[in-house]
Amino acid sequence: MTSLWGYPFVHHAIEVGVITAVVAGAAGYFVTARNMGFAVHGLAEMGFTGAAGAVLAGIAPEVGLLAACLLAALAIGLLGVRLRERDVAIGTVLAFGLGLGVLFLVLYTRYATEAFSILFGAILAVDAQDVVRSAIVGALVLAALLLVYRPLRFASIDPEVAEARGIPVRLMSVVFLVILALAVAEAVQVVGVLLIVTLLITPAGAARRLTAHPGRAILYSMLIAAGVTVGGIAGAVYTSWPVSFFVATLSLLAYLAARLAARPART
Amino acid sequence: MKGTHDPIAADRRTGGAVRPVARDVSTGTPRSGAAVQLDGASLAIAGRQIWTDLSLTIARGEFLVVIGPNGAGKTSLLRVLLGLVPLVRGRALVHGEAPRRGNPAIGYIPQQRAFDPELPLRGRDLVGMGLDGHRWGISLRPGAQRTRVDGILDLVGARGYADAPIGRLSGGEQQRLRIAQALIGDPSLLLCDEPLLSLDLHSQAVVVELIARWSRERNATVIFVTHDVNPVLRAAHRILLLTGTRWGVDRPDRMLTTETLSSLYGLPVDVVRYRDRVAVLGIDVGGHDPVSHAEPGS
Ligand SMILES: Nc1ncnc2c1ncn2[C@@H]1O[C@H](COP(=O)(O)OP(=O)(O)OP(=O)(O)O)[C@@H](O)[C@H]1O
Ligand SMILES: [Mg+2]
Repeated sequence: MTSLWGYPFVHHAIEVGVITAVVAGAAGYFVTARNMGFAVHGLAEMGFTGAAGAVLAGIAPEVGLLAACLLAALAIGLLGVRLRERDVAIGTVLAFGLGLGVLFLVLYTRYATEAFSILFGAILAVDAQDVVRSAIVGALVLAALLLVYRPLRFASIDPEVAEARGIPVRLMSVVFLVILALAVAEAVQVVGVLLIVTLLITPAGAARRLTAHPGRAILYSMLIAAGVTVGGIAGAVYTSWPVSFFVATLSLLAYLAARLAARPART
Repeated sequence: MKGTHDPIAADRRTGGAVRPVARDVSTGTPRSGAAVQLDGASLAIAGRQIWTDLSLTIARGEFLVVIGPNGAGKTSLLRVLLGLVPLVRGRALVHGEAPRRGNPAIGYIPQQRAFDPELPLRGRDLVGMGLDGHRWGISLRPGAQRTRVDGILDLVGARGYADAPIGRLSGGEQQRLRIAQALIGDPSLLLCDEPLLSLDLHSQAVVVELIARWSRERNATVIFVTHDVNPVLRAAHRILLLTGTRWGVDRPDRMLTTETLSSLYGLPVDVVRYRDRVAVLGIDVGGHDPVSHAEPGS
């Protein structure tokens, strides 16, 4: 690993990757607890449209990605009044976003390489500036999650009692969507839009197989996400196969291993 | 969860018949220090009348059972007291004040919901949320919280499975944890929404006795929504029947008669008594056939 670590691009990739993975792993606990896998996809795909639009307008794609994720989060949060309506709201926003994305792609043919890196990730292309941005966004997301940890967990798992205890349950879901939008925008850099679940859902899914302790589940989820990301970067550097392939594969292996090692079922 | 190790079930058998009501709770006259007061309260949801002109005073320490058909507004009544739904007319007071969200004097046991069997949450976490789940951040004094949680787990007899994933516990086990979650804040008013649903007879008796004993020992008020009155007959001071159009409230022996129920439902109803069990025939009050229910604990 030492010779590998010597290259600055690997250095940057691992820094951004670890920050992003830790954030995604922590958010993943709430994504799985709230059954929001579909929302993760919706946000990521809106992010794609935002990035495509930004390229078309001559702005940095990262800015468009982040802005579109945040807008989509607010739209879903405000439209998705009730739980059973949420999928309809997400689906509607998502389809609209992808439609726009297709349009942008057709309008700007030179966009193909940019599109590829947003769809499948481009972690090996990050620079020192990306490291700083990732660190700031990552610190913000983790601080926000820490601040709302108890009321968010209450509202996610036990909304009736949480509401009775005075927790603003609807506001909590909008707050979480915004947090999620930031986490998704970060994770897109590593694995891309199409493989977003590999960091935002699979590690949390593996962790929940290993423990019923909420704090530990979050910790394991962050560790698994960071592990598969670093492993994926290493694999890509040694073989020149895509990072996202390795991350997704390791993520699947971690999930299968967790299932095998699963805590004994209570009978 | 069979009865031998269960101090509550054993204790219950010595409990005797309907305990005397210390105060005159049947007059409905407003009194100072009442736990809950409703004056001409009317509720409409989405433009539809749910109940109208409900006037009722619930004394501190009273155990009020609420029955009525689906959609009669039983859950909505609890939500009014929790400050989650406003009245369209009239007034509601909880401990002399307008209902407000997050009132720490109220413990709430919601209608049962299923938890994902893989949800990373233990029974003790659910209980702990009742104590400090509404606070910002993470718990800075986990030791103190753990002591409180353990104490209340012992009280409801749920310590043995408190570290198991909540979604893998039985309905009765989850219900005890729900009670612990509601009691840990030391509430003086307990709102229970069909806590007996899908429980076997033994668990029904345990749940009723846990709540009744808390009420007795703390002089806490209980509003207990149920579809089957038999398991709560001994604990109940009064029964409130909501039928959508009409309502009535009275002592169980006066409420559960053919005449009273027929006039409230506006339909012919037969009340059949067998020992200390009651069956209401002709209309669905009980949800299932109450005749087949043995009085729990006997
Ligand atoms: N948020 C809501 N929006 C629209 N209608 C509602 C809402 N909440 C309750 N209602 C309606 O209000 C009426 C009373 O509902 P409530 O849940 O209080 O009845 P209930 O007596 O608890 O019924 P059940 O025995 O089925 O639990 C029902 O007709 C219900 O459809
Ligand atoms: Mg109800």
